Amino acid sequence: MNNKQFPVRLGKVSFLIDKKSFYIISLLTVLAIVLMIVSLGIGQLFISPVDVIRAVIGQGTEMENLVVNSFRMPRILLSMLAGAALAMSGAILQGLIRNPLASPDIIGITGGAALTTVIFLAIYTDRSNTLTMSIQWLPLASFIGAVVIGFLVYFLSWKNGRITPFRLVLIGVGVAAAADAVTSLVMILGPIHSAAKATIWLTGSVNGTNWNEIATIAPWVFGITFILFIYARRLNMQELGEDLAKNAGQLVQRDRFMLLLLSTSLAGGAVAFAGGIGFVGLMAPHIARKIIGSAFGALIPVSALVGGMIVVLADILGRMLFMPLEVPVGVFTSLIGAPYFIYLLFKSHK
Amino acid sequence: MKAIQTEQLSLGYKDELVIEELDLTIPKGEITAFIGSNGCGKSTLLKSLARLLKPKDGSVELAGKDIDKTSTKEIARQLAIMPQSPQAPEGLTVLQLVKQGRYPYQSWYKQWSEEDEDAVQYALDVTGIKEFEDRTVDSLSGGQRQRAWIAMTLAQDTDIILLDEPTTFLDLTHQIDILDLLSELNEQEGRTIVMVLHDLNLACRYADHIVAIQGKSVFEQGDPDEIITPQLIHSVFGLQCQVTCDPICGSPMCIPYSRQRQVKGANRYAAQQVQAN
Repeated sequence: MNNKQFPVRLGKVSFLIDKKSFYIISLLTVLAIVLMIVSLGIGQLFISPVDVIRAVIGQGTEMENLVVNSFRMPRILLSMLAGAALAMSGAILQGLIRNPLASPDIIGITGGAALTTVIFLAIYTDRSNTLTMSIQWLPLASFIGAVVIGFLVYFLSWKNGRITPFRLVLIGVGVAAAADAVTSLVMILGPIHSAAKATIWLTGSVNGTNWNEIATIAPWVFGITFILFIYARRLNMQELGEDLAKNAGQLVQRDRFMLLLLSTSLAGGAVAFAGGIGFVGLMAPHIARKIIGSAFGALIPVSALVGGMIVVLADILGRMLFMPLEVPVGVFTSLIGAPYFIYLLFKSHK
Repeated sequence: MKAIQTEQLSLGYKDELVIEELDLTIPKGEITAFIGSNGCGKSTLLKSLARLLKPKDGSVELAGKDIDKTSTKEIARQLAIMPQSPQAPEGLTVLQLVKQGRYPYQSWYKQWSEEDEDAVQYALDVTGIKEFEDRTVDSLSGGQRQRAWIAMTLAQDTDIILLDEPTTFLDLTHQIDILDLLSELNEQEGRTIVMVLHDLNLACRYADHIVAIQGKSVFEQGDPDEIITPQLIHSVFGLQCQVTCDPICGSPMCIPYSRQRQVKGANRYAAQQVQAN
């Protein structure tokens, strides 16, 4: 076309690459890596970035290798992945609902995960306050909650053979509120010890992550991201409204279902391992849209990178500010996120 | 030659019928305008022709085939509709918008073929918005924005184009501008154009075929020169008017009776009036 885009064609395969998007995504990737390296060096034992890199490739001291690769790396990777997953989940919802205020928290996905998490803790804690079931099963419980509530909202939103985004939001807010109420009830009735544990989980925390968890969530997030790229063009079309999507020959309801499934799966995976980290799913895609515009081919990776960086940054703050005390990441994302949400509300009312 | 045909078509929302048992033929290669008062069902009818609304009863045929039994992607290559005042997401550029018109020809790995590039290029050129291609849609003026949406519709490369009030919210200059563009597309490329128009006189100027909708059905249809009469306007719009000749293009022109201000003395147009009479 002109000097701002260049086509890539190979047989039947063809894409139009936007130069600006390409540069921005490359730049953000570099930034994210730098941020992760810095974060790897921060803690009780401070390690310089150069030594961090040495440790990552196994060339550091034995102590540094252990701290960087076994203790810090998993939690930082989880921060990155959970942030990216929540951000992409939010980006999908914002496109689907055509409203910048949509996020996985709003349609009840996070609330559903919280509910099954506290139920799990309440059921499997015995009188001596020890868990009778391995904590390894907790992510599964949260994930089931996220998906079940996500789809409950979806099916309750059906009316006259279709789903309108507006109805989806209203039902979502209602179901989320109900899930919150039951969550509180279970916490009050349940053992005190599990309530404390649940509170940390509900705020969102990446403390004590191990490599096994990364081995589960990483393929999950990458796999869904790949499917999401296939759906990017459908999402672009959805964003122009139902009439134009139908005009272009899209099966609107079927694609909405698939996109919602992808969004729920991403958010469900994130909250299962990192807990209810608030507002990332709202903020990250919104910031990404300001940076790159609204074509999803570029918006998805930019949202993911921004979301990941927000959580990594919140984790750095959580570890540094009140050392040796550690504050859960969700506290910081909410501290920035809540005013951001109010600002968005304020702006959209004008 | 017919482009679209309806058979015993009934349309409505919930239990209320808006259009009842309508048999209608849209001529191929012509400009057809739907006219009628607010809420008469002209937009509803237009939507159903583009399969955006499922009929309560009856059928719509495109090129002799029931659209309900044709794959939606196939229809998208034959017919495009531009809804009334469509909304672009914030930050979407003109090029990105026009590219969306190629959707029915693309797949997830085939997103920018040579044909796609040519069609988008053509659409940007013919609508005269090539220079704005990198601007965001929300930064354009009303007329330019409407051109961008028409460009997207053109990139879809269909023989039939439906437009729901393409001139709403535009000033007179831009209304003429958009209608001239559509007329050009019809004349030079033989595209069938069907649109809902509010302005009766503009409809008479541009349309080869007018469909007047009233009372859940077509009240009258045909060549504007033949069908537009004070009686028709009164029956369809409930308005008393005189029909005269458009001094520029000779099409019928409706001048409504109304409460009016007192025109003081003879102005410079009065003399021409006398001459014309």
